[in-house]
Amino acid sequence: MPLLSLDGVSRDFDVSRPWLNRVLEHEPRRILRAVDRVSFEVSAGETLALVGESGSGKSTVARLIVGLHRPTEGRVEFGGRRMQMIFQDPYASLNPRWRVRDIVAEPIRALHTAREVEDLLVQVGLARDDGEKYPHEFSGGQRQRISIARALAGEPDFLVCDEPTSALDVSVQAQILNLMTDLQSRLGLTYLFISHNLAVVSQVADRVGVMYCGRIVELATATQLFSRPRHPYTRMLLDAVPDLAMSGKPRTPVAGEVPNPLAPPPGCTFHPRCPHANERCRREVPQLLDDVACHGVAEGRI
Amino acid sequence: MILEVEGLKVEFPTRRGTLTALDDISFSIAPGEILGVVGESGAGKSITGLAVIGLLEPPGRIAAGEVRLEGRRIDNLPHEELRRLRGRRIGVIFQDPLTSLNPLYTIGRQLEETILTHLPMTKSEARARALSLLREVGIPAPESRYANYPHQFSGGMRQRVVIALALAAEPRLLIADEPTTALDVSIQAQIIALLKRLAGERGAAVMLITHDMGVIAETAQRVAVMYAGRIVEVGAVRDVIHAPRHPYTVGLMGSIPKIGLRKGKLVQIDGAMPRLNAIPPGCAFNPRCPRRFDRCLVERPDLMPAGASRAACWLHAAT
Repeated sequence: MPLLSLDGVSRDFDVSRPWLNRVLEHEPRRILRAVDRVSFEVSAGETLALVGESGSGKSTVARLIVGLHRPTEGRVEFGGRRMQMIFQDPYASLNPRWRVRDIVAEPIRALHTAREVEDLLVQVGLARDDGEKYPHEFSGGQRQRISIARALAGEPDFLVCDEPTSALDVSVQAQILNLMTDLQSRLGLTYLFISHNLAVVSQVADRVGVMYCGRIVELATATQLFSRPRHPYTRMLLDAVPDLAMSGKPRTPVAGEVPNPLAPPPGCTFHPRCPHANERCRREVPQLLDDVACHGVAEGRI
Repeated sequence: MILEVEGLKVEFPTRRGTLTALDDISFSIAPGEILGVVGESGAGKSITGLAVIGLLEPPGRIAAGEVRLEGRRIDNLPHEELRRLRGRRIGVIFQDPLTSLNPLYTIGRQLEETILTHLPMTKSEARARALSLLREVGIPAPESRYANYPHQFSGGMRQRVVIALALAAEPRLLIADEPTTALDVSIQAQIIALLKRLAGERGAAVMLITHDMGVIAETAQRVAVMYAGRIVEVGAVRDVIHAPRHPYTVGLMGSIPKIGLRKGKLVQIDGAMPRLNAIPPGCAFNPRCPRRFDRCLVERPDLMPAGASRAACWLHAAT
C-alpha cells in the first residue's frame, strides 16, 4: 500500500483575457494544461524526486498533492498521517513579524510547550534560544532550517519539498541536504523532492520522475536513471549538466527550447527537439509504457 | 594582458563605520582567456566586476589599488570617459537579461543605436552588423526577429540578444556576471558554448563571475576563488578542481553534489561566511577551518605558491 498515489491527475489553468476583450476581439478562451495525466506512487520511507525545467509542471504537482490546487481530473490519494510542505524561498515563507518560536509552534499552537519547540530547533541544528529571535536575524540556510522545524512540528510522515535548496549557496545547500537525509533516517520520513538540479536529485532520491511539458516522460530508480537514461529528453538533460570532473567527454549539443505551454506541439511534445523523432512522434501522443513515454523506446529504435 | 587589477580595495562608508568589501584583490586576464571568479553570496565577486567597470553604487568607492585596461589606467577616469569606455572597450552581461534591455525599443533598434554610438558607421551598415551579430549568437532567422520587443523573446533568446549587444562594438574585455544562472540547464549549456566560442574567435578577455563551479569547469581556463572579500585561491581550473589547496576550496568542492556519487553524505563546511562588519582577525576563514592553527588566528595570509596554484593559507607557508 503506497503512502501517496496519483492517478491520472491533470490540472488546467484558465489564462483567458477578460470577458470584454474576448468578445470585442473574438478571442477564444485559453486554457493552459499545466499537468497532464500524471500518475505515480510514493512508498513509505522513500524519496521520490520530480525533475524538470521551468514550466514542466513539477511545482504544480507539489501543489496538487498538498491541496493548494484541486485537480481538474484524476485522483490524489494519501494514506499517511500528515503532510507538510517546505518552500524554495526561505525569505518569503516566514512571517517577518513573528518570533521564531511562534513560527515553529504555529502548526501545533494548541498543544505545544516551549520545550517541544526548543527540541525542534535543536533537531534542525539551531540553538535553543534562537526561538526568541526574528527571521531577519538569520542567514538563508538558517531560515530554511526554521522552515524545516516548522514543517516537523506537526509530526508529519510525508514532506513535500519544492526546490528546498535552490536559493542557497552550495556549502549551505550541502548542510541542508545532509540535515534532510539525517531527519529522514531518524524519523522515517517520506519525501517528494522537487528540483531542477539533477546533481542534487542524484544525491537524495531513491526514484526519479522526469517531467516535460506537464507530463512524466520517464520514471526510474535513481541508479537506473543516472546510469542508463532511456528517454531522449532525460539523455539531453544529463548531457547538459556541466562536467565538474572535466573528463572532456564529447557532448551532443542541445538544441531548441521548451515549447510554449499554451500551444504545445501535437504528438509527443518533445518531438521538435528530438533527434529520433519520426512521423508517428509528430502525430501521436506517447503513453507511459514500462515507465517511459517514448515511441522510439517502445519500438526499440532508441 | 588586457585587464590588470592590482591591490584593489573597495570600501562602503556607513554610519557605523567603514566596511571593507574587497581587500587587496589582484589578478589579470590575457587576450582570449576566460577567468572564472567563483564564490558564495557575499564573497565580493560581483563587487569586483562592478569596481572594474566603474559601476560601484555610491557610497561604495575604490579606496586603493589600480585597474588597467590594455595598459591604461581606468579606475581614475572621469565618469563620462568611463561611460564611453563601457560598451566600446568593455562589454557587460548581467544575470537578468531584462535589466539590460529597454522594454520599449525593438531589439534591432537597441543594437543599431549601440553600434552607431561606438562605431563610425552608416545606418545601413549598422543594420547589417546588427543582423550578423544576431546570427552569430544563434538567433534563428534574425531578419524576422529584428523588429521584435524584448518581451517577445524567451529567457535564453534574450540572453543571446544581451550578448550580441555586449559584443556590438568589438570590446576587448567582456564581463559576464552570472550569465546563465537564470536559465534552464539545457539553455545554460547553449550559452556557455556560445561564450567560449566568442572568446576564442575574437581574442577578447572574459571575466566570468559565477557561483557555479560546474560552469567554470566547462568554460574557464583559470579560476579565482573568493571568500569574504579576498581571493583565497587562484590557479588553472583543472588544478583547482582536482587538487584544491585552500581548505575553503576543499570544502566547497566537496559540498557540490555530483551525479553518480549516490547518497553518501556531502562534505559540509559548518557555519557561514562572516558578514562584512564581523570579519575575524587573521585568516577570515579560520572559525570554520578544520585545519587552523595558532598563526591563522593572528596573521592574515596573502596568496602564496601552493602546488601548481596559489592559495592564501598558512598551510603552504615555506617555513
